[in-house]
Amino acid sequence: MINIFLIIFSGIIVGRLFRNSRFTKYVGKIISAIIVLLLFFLGMEVGNNEQVMQNFRLIGLDAFVIALAATLGSVLCAWWVYRKFFRRKKEKNA
Amino acid sequence: MRDSVIYLLFFALGVVLAAVGLIPDTLLSGEISKWILYLLLFFVGIQIGTSKNIFRVVRSFGFKIVLIPLATTLGTFLAVALVSFALPNRSVIDCLTVGSGFAYYSLSSILISEYKGAELGTVALLANIVREFLVLIFAPWMVKYFGRLAPINAGGATTMDTTLPIITKFSGADYVVIALFHGMIIDFSVPLWVSFFLSIQ
Repeated sequence: MINIFLIIFSGIIVGRLFRNSRFTKYVGKIISAIIVLLLFFLGMEVGNNEQVMQNFRLIGLDAFVIALAATLGSVLCAWWVYRKFFRRKKEKNA
Repeated sequence: MRDSVIYLLFFALGVVLAAVGLIPDTLLSGEISKWILYLLLFFVGIQIGTSKNIFRVVRSFGFKIVLIPLATTLGTFLAVALVSFALPNRSVIDCLTVGSGFAYYSLSSILISEYKGAELGTVALLANIVREFLVLIFAPWMVKYFGRLAPINAGGATTMDTTLPIITKFSGADYVVIALFHGMIIDFSVPLWVSFFLSIQ
């Protein structure tokens, strides 16, 4: 796992060194292309994995529940921060 | 939005080709995808290193802008940890790993399937896609009942790209900079949080 951090941080250093280079314009596009390739690989892994294929509905349900919780938790925290720090006095009466 | 469709198409194409049996075993060994993943992480690092505007935005809005990504992170982790007790097949750490995708479904699902297997990777893919869609669909409702920040916090890492138009529309143009800042911070934190949770199980 230490690999991941090392790779990201070496990327950050390279990015910092070359931040004014023209090449930085293409970084977003390169990332998208690599993601397409890797999602294709992930798809192949899923299609080849009978356990995942058979439990797809259960996996989908778990995913939906986690997504709902994550969204709700964020929204509630957002509400608190908004009322405490961002809402202007005028809006309070509205 | 167009990117999301392309991503999903390629994922589905992979599923179908492998399910039909058209993929040679050498491609499924996982060695290749690991090296491509390292390449991806390197470029994600470069993207973080080359972005210049973060600190300028903080100065113009004051320190309270930092509270917004903090609220997203805290709210997500608390809720996801709680809900894990209702999911018999998923541990607390599993749920936190999936939750720390913050709607950045491509990167999080790729990382998770590499280190935790295709099943949790698929959970991460679906959960983080659903999170993005919840914002796209319910943004006006979120603003109405929970204030203008709500769709930003809900949108996680996507508030600098796919959900930005809808946030602009319902939270207002003066929240665009906040959404961009928030999306950038959360975006960068995704690989770090995901690998952190992967490393402690």
